[in-house]
Amino acid sequence: MSSATSVLDREGGKSPEHGLNLALRVIRVGPALILALLVVIMTLASPFFLTGDNLSNVAVQVAPLACLAIGQLFVILVGGIDLSVGSVLALCTVTGSLAFGWGGIGTALVIPVILLTGMAVGLLNGLLLVKGRMPHAFIPTLATLNAARGLALMLSDGAPKPGMPKVVQTAGGGELGPIPVPVIIVVAFAGLAWVLATKLQWGRWIYLVGGDKEAARRLGIPVDRVIMSVFVLSGLAAGLAGLITAGRTNAGYPSAGQLDELAAISAVIIGGASFFGGRGTVGGAIVGVLIFGVIDNGLNLLNVSVYVQLIAIGVIVVVAVELDVVRRRLEERFRTLQGSEA
Amino acid sequence: MSGNGKGEVLEVSGLRKRYGATTALRDVSLELREGEVLALLGDNGAGKSTLIKILSGVESPDGGEVRIEGERVAIGSPQRARALGIETVYQDLALFDNAGPVGNFFAGREVRGPSWLGPFGWVNDKAMRREAEEIIERLQVNLPDPNADVSLMSGGQRQAVACARAIAFGKRIVILDEPTSALGQRESGNVLRLISDAAKEGVSVILISHNMEDVMEVADRAVVLRQGRQVGEEVPSQETHERIVSLMVGGDRGDDEA
Repeated sequence: MSSATSVLDREGGKSPEHGLNLALRVIRVGPALILALLVVIMTLASPFFLTGDNLSNVAVQVAPLACLAIGQLFVILVGGIDLSVGSVLALCTVTGSLAFGWGGIGTALVIPVILLTGMAVGLLNGLLLVKGRMPHAFIPTLATLNAARGLALMLSDGAPKPGMPKVVQTAGGGELGPIPVPVIIVVAFAGLAWVLATKLQWGRWIYLVGGDKEAARRLGIPVDRVIMSVFVLSGLAAGLAGLITAGRTNAGYPSAGQLDELAAISAVIIGGASFFGGRGTVGGAIVGVLIFGVIDNGLNLLNVSVYVQLIAIGVIVVVAVELDVVRRRLEERFRTLQGSEA
Repeated sequence: MSGNGKGEVLEVSGLRKRYGATTALRDVSLELREGEVLALLGDNGAGKSTLIKILSGVESPDGGEVRIEGERVAIGSPQRARALGIETVYQDLALFDNAGPVGNFFAGREVRGPSWLGPFGWVNDKAMRREAEEIIERLQVNLPDPNADVSLMSGGQRQAVACARAIAFGKRIVILDEPTSALGQRESGNVLRLISDAAKEGVSVILISHNMEDVMEVADRAVVLRQGRQVGEEVPSQETHERIVSLMVGGDRGDDEA
């Protein structure tokens, strides 16, 4: 089997596998290429695009989305989806403002309350899915999408509740030297997420559960706990996004984050993660978020209507998912070739 | 090679298992010796898969006992089975398409540390890769690219990865469920060679197969199940072939295997 393969390799160099391999590699760097292309186009189209102020502006704008996308990535890696994060973001800002309202010790508790609210809803999502044996993550997170929004509106009497402690305002709008604090939060969170995804055993298990749940179970991986953990992580991500949003708006904001869950899912998919689970990277998710940010910002600079922006996002989502489908097709071709040679 | 005085690794006696109204195992007893390849034969529904599931910890028996090296054990979970040195190659292979041979070999038992961090410890990719290369080399697994994801591998290569995983980590017992059913002749030959090599190294193998040629080639003994019972035992060969088949189907319909 090996001798046949190696002879082919030596003679051909342009064997069909070679072409397929190349195509697979291009697909892998596809999102980064799209981002680079967009940056080039925007730079040529607008003199304001490639300036420090504008780029820093883009980074701050997408910071909450970046948090959501990183959380969403892990959910999508196990083959799930978390529709609740936009509502959870809003609920977190509201519970934070309630804690602020207690005064005294409450002020110090605002950030923990914001983050724990997110994690609690995430845990609920995970429990409903795994212990409640729901057929797909779509269902519990659709339920909490509604319930968390309702709760946020109820707790705030349907209106923004102004006022956040200084530290929260800094998290949302402060600067450390030349670098905006929200960007620092995102970079730190992305770094931790990267360590989890690539260096820790638990991260390996997340990928393996996404690759094949049944196999993971039979090989002794605690599948249920892995699945629940990614929803808690996604909830924590929504909490961080809520923290940044609350800081920036200086308020508990019950209508914040509407449709952000769909933006986060789109960003993750655009960033090359597979909706089938098991494939995707933190870097890819960030690239997906930046593609979002650059389109948004660039088209704003060019005075293109927001309607066109929505259409552009739609098109890119389709292209990204189609690339994933093509990838699977190519892999199958590759496999057949290997089989016929062996 | 059979019964060469070596100890019994596994003894199963009086094993029973029901699923609702159906009785999958009525009364199964068998023993497996060190370094032996034991073929487990039987028609569909004879109880082979149930027995395998019990031995690999996926199911628990309703009655009877399982002894490993003389000690009575309740296997109960796949983790426990692996800890006892029992590895299983399932019919669907249980491979992860999104990982390479290294990731698949070490799935669920990644080399990591420090130990107090448990599953939140850091994986040691270098150590795993090194060990995987050793396994691939020792078992002479033919892979074009040992770092490629198994999603890019042919059926035979995937089978080889799954078998190598089981043989490399199965300290005592390796169970293979129809390992050659999806393979061409040459690829089957490779898997059969892996099986005999494992047995030579002292690992005991339970082989489930519908292919009598394979069974005659590698198995030292064959145990036949029918309707949840152990109905006979033979040393597989051309001479015993017909008798084995008639044991499998029951009665004298030796030429009429379903």
